Amino acid sequence: AAPVQVRLVVPIVVVFGPGSVPRDLPRPLPFRDVQEMEISVNLRTSVTSRYEMRYRSTTAQEEAALAAATAREADAALHLLQDTTMGSLTMYVVPETSSLLPQGISVYVGKHRSALVRAVGSLAALQTRLREVTQVMSFTASSIAAALSDRVPNGQLGPDARRYLKSSLGYEITFSLLNPDPKSHTVDWDIEGAVNRYVKPVLDRLSLVANFSVDSQILYYAVLGVTPRYDKESSSFLLSAHSLPHVINPVEARLGSSAASLYPVLNFLLYVPERSHSPLYIQDKDGAPVSTNAFHSPRWGGIMVYNVEAPASPQASLPLHVDVDMARVMEVFLAQLRLLFGLSREEVPPEFLLESPGNEGLADWELDHLLWAHTVENIATVSTTLTSLAQLLDKIGNIVIKDDVASEVYRAVASVQSAVTKLSLGHLNAAFQASKEAVTSSERAFFDPSLLHLLYFPDDQKFAIYIPLFLPMAVPILLSLAKIVRETRLRTKEPTKMD
Amino acid sequence: GGMAAAVLLLLLLAAGPGPGRADAGQERRDALREELLLSPLPTGDVAATFQFRTRWDADLQRGAVSHYRLFPKALGRLVAALGVRELHLALTQGFWRTRYWGQPPLQAPAGAELWVWFQPTVTDVDKAWKELSNILSGIFCASLNFIDSTNTVIPTASFKPLGLANGTDHHLLRYAVLPREVVCTENLTPWKKLLPCGSKAGLAVLLKAERLFHSSYHSQAVHIRPICRDASCLAMSWELRQTLTVVFDFFSSGQGKKDWSLFKMFSRTLTDTCPLASQSKVYVDISPKNKEKELLEVSPPPTSVHEAVVQGEKKTYAVYDLLSPSLFNTSRSLNVQLKWKRPQDSSEMPIPTLHAQRYVAGYGLQTGQICTLIYNTHPYRAFPVILLESVPWYLRLYVHTLTIITKGKENKPSYIHYQPAQDRRRPHLLEMLIQLPANSVTKITIQFERALLKWTEYPPDPNHGFYVGSSVLSALVPSVTAMKDVDVEQSPLFTSLFPSSDGSSYFVRLYTEPLLVNLPTPDFSMPYNVICLTCTVVAVCYGSFYNLLTRTFHVEEPSRGGLAKRLANVIRKFRGVPPL
Repeated sequence: AAPVQVRLVVPIVVVFGPGSVPRDLPRPLPFRDVQEMEISVNLRTSVTSRYEMRYRSTTAQEEAALAAATAREADAALHLLQDTTMGSLTMYVVPETSSLLPQGISVYVGKHRSALVRAVGSLAALQTRLREVTQVMSFTASSIAAALSDRVPNGQLGPDARRYLKSSLGYEITFSLLNPDPKSHTVDWDIEGAVNRYVKPVLDRLSLVANFSVDSQILYYAVLGVTPRYDKESSSFLLSAHSLPHVINPVEARLGSSAASLYPVLNFLLYVPERSHSPLYIQDKDGAPVSTNAFHSPRWGGIMVYNVEAPASPQASLPLHVDVDMARVMEVFLAQLRLLFGLSREEVPPEFLLESPGNEGLADWELDHLLWAHTVENIATVSTTLTSLAQLLDKIGNIVIKDDVASEVYRAVASVQSAVTKLSLGHLNAAFQASKEAVTSSERAFFDPSLLHLLYFPDDQKFAIYIPLFLPMAVPILLSLAKIVRETRLRTKEPTKMD
Repeated sequence: GGMAAAVLLLLLLAAGPGPGRADAGQERRDALREELLLSPLPTGDVAATFQFRTRWDADLQRGAVSHYRLFPKALGRLVAALGVRELHLALTQGFWRTRYWGQPPLQAPAGAELWVWFQPTVTDVDKAWKELSNILSGIFCASLNFIDSTNTVIPTASFKPLGLANGTDHHLLRYAVLPREVVCTENLTPWKKLLPCGSKAGLAVLLKAERLFHSSYHSQAVHIRPICRDASCLAMSWELRQTLTVVFDFFSSGQGKKDWSLFKMFSRTLTDTCPLASQSKVYVDISPKNKEKELLEVSPPPTSVHEAVVQGEKKTYAVYDLLSPSLFNTSRSLNVQLKWKRPQDSSEMPIPTLHAQRYVAGYGLQTGQICTLIYNTHPYRAFPVILLESVPWYLRLYVHTLTIITKGKENKPSYIHYQPAQDRRRPHLLEMLIQLPANSVTKITIQFERALLKWTEYPPDPNHGFYVGSSVLSALVPSVTAMKDVDVEQSPLFTSLFPSSDGSSYFVRLYTEPLLVNLPTPDFSMPYNVICLTCTVVAVCYGSFYNLLTRTFHVEEPSRGGLAKRLANVIRKFRGVPPL
């Protein structure tokens, strides 16, 4: 793969509240400090992260804000006093005995770009804790490795790394309700309301990252590819974990591809099992039922099984009317959506408390988390695209590069350079926008129809056409060569004869 | 003032949730009707016409978030994204023989036909058209991506919008036919996928590819158009009609018997209904042919009998309503059967009022002539017909040779629109409004010259010939019997695609035969042969020149010669000639 060298700079402000300053500070406050971390991906790709820490003590206003009763109130009050540039973080160190953080919790991550950290004795211990917080709020080695998963050698990658969606300029989200048995169930879902209530806030925040379009459909007589197993004990049907890979294919044929756009599609399927296969439960690897009755497929989407309660009287007239509880369904689908974007909240240490994003759907730092990963991924993608374009040009010497293709390549190179520079200055948003432009330009150049290598006639075929010329011409030359050889051999023999 | 403000606020609040909420309140925003029309044709063949109509009370053009139920998402997104006002796509294998089979409910030209009206908001219609044909070719697995400017025309009079339309600016219309397109199973499968019930329930279970393509004529189509939501027509609904027509030849395959049944045709019977359909009916045409007593007998007994005037003729239909509970009570499946009580005379074959015929005349590979014969068999009424000819650029039409002759006299068209072709850019378009006198044959001829193509422009198998798409005849044919105005929502689907103008005439669109024209075709191995020959000549020249340059010449001492020379000298001496 093409070489990629990126330096990610995260500006961090550490604010010490009264009574929380460690005793072993090397210098009096305020002072600056820099920490570097190397993330190794492969030999030609190196990502350096550089944390530029600025230590200072609280201002009077911040002090007043920190005096709030709960962490949430403090976070809201502090938000007004912060630097809110993307990618930058503010940490407030509160005294060890502070009642702001609940018992047993040492870090509180707010809705925005700040965290409250409980003080520990020494500066070194505090720095370790601060680094942990920083990694949760910006990027970790594994999130960068997942973004560069194409470059990481096989086997070195965690099982989750290939789950995340590739960075793209847009995504299409399709919710499909599968009703394989419309004779028994008429299923209604208020998808429009649910999308507006639950999905829209998240996507509005994510609109900075990519364009999103949402639609939904209802598919009748769409069945899963696997017949579930009947379990006598629970008198229910079970889908085991190992059969799940076979579930999607027959359904996918019915989903309909996105003919009108080229963006990747995220599918979320709600499956209401047939009456003859109800209730249906998904089992995990250990045979225990999955509590959400849902599973996700990496880079594809998620499926949730929605069981219909059996009617009280067996004589109830068919079809049964089912109104889907959208809150329950959307909770699962949103969790899967977060998972597919790598925004899962499950991988944090237990002493961390993450504030729920509430109505906004996504915390500011989660957005930053996504932007860091996508920027790095975009830069790597551009580098790969341009390298393969260069390889193609090396292979076909007489290929014609039109002016517009050339200018796209120049623009891609300029944008990707600017993205790398912006990253090393800590300007996350500007870097991301530049990397997006670079991707657009490089793809446009790479997929230009004039660069189709089939348009160029291979040289061996040209040679084959002129065989009728070369062959008869070669015959006298070869004959005379043979004659020369014969004559020289005679001449070398003759002197020995003379003797 | 305060009161008014409060009322206004209330109104605003009521309007606040937007159209989505208001629509969700309605019970059924979309509805599906399905219908199968079985009509015995005069020749003994049977035509089966399926129609599936999805009606959606929503505005496809508006709204960023779209939620689909019965309407297929793929087509809905297409209409919304590209600003399509009306879309008609037909894929046809075979040719509907109007002269023998009578007027079809829906006819389509052989191959693929696509015509689209765009919204006035579309700025670059050509780009949208190109994109649309590419996407449709992906959806239907057809080679619609071969639609480009060389086979697209903009008709001015022949194709009016079939749905609601406030303007008929024909610059928003595009029409193209690909006569070479072969229609087969791979086109049927995506078409079936668009049905809400797929092919799992309802009438669609009969759609088995192996039977449908074992037929004389197969035509499947998709029509999307906006329609009035109700009689007051204040709001708009969208309609998707999926139609499929097959003609089975039973006379030749059934040992001369013309009796048929659903099972014999489709190797399936109807067992259940599509639970999503609000109407599901089978119509069988049992109209008495010559006012005598009925010749036909259908079994099982139909649910009801429907009488209507269709295309100027009084028709009687036996109706099987699949949704009526009595139908599946007696037997588990419905296998409609039809028996002829006595053999029908072939002499009583009715001839349709309007039919046409087209062929290529002339000989040689330089010039030719396209002849079109249009028949009006109405005994006393004349009527006008619009003829549309779209001829590819490589047949260079000579417009001055255009002659229209009816009953031995020249017939001047009252409207003529001709757009000449541009080589490799656009085809010829000729549209004419011709008056057809009663009981007449009109012959239209035009001469052309065959162009010589560049060698890369020939398709594979160029000696097969080049297709010229069917010409289109659109006419309001006077009706023999008066027709009543019918409500579209109540009447059977097969009567309601084309808007009826008034009671005295009905709209007919006919397609003539596609033409197969031979163009002068070069020998494609010629370039290689030329290369070979030239190379050989060059090589021979080179060889002798090389020999001249490299050989060393010795003066040879005359010797007594060999056996041949001595023999020759003996003969010479015998003849008295000096020896060599």
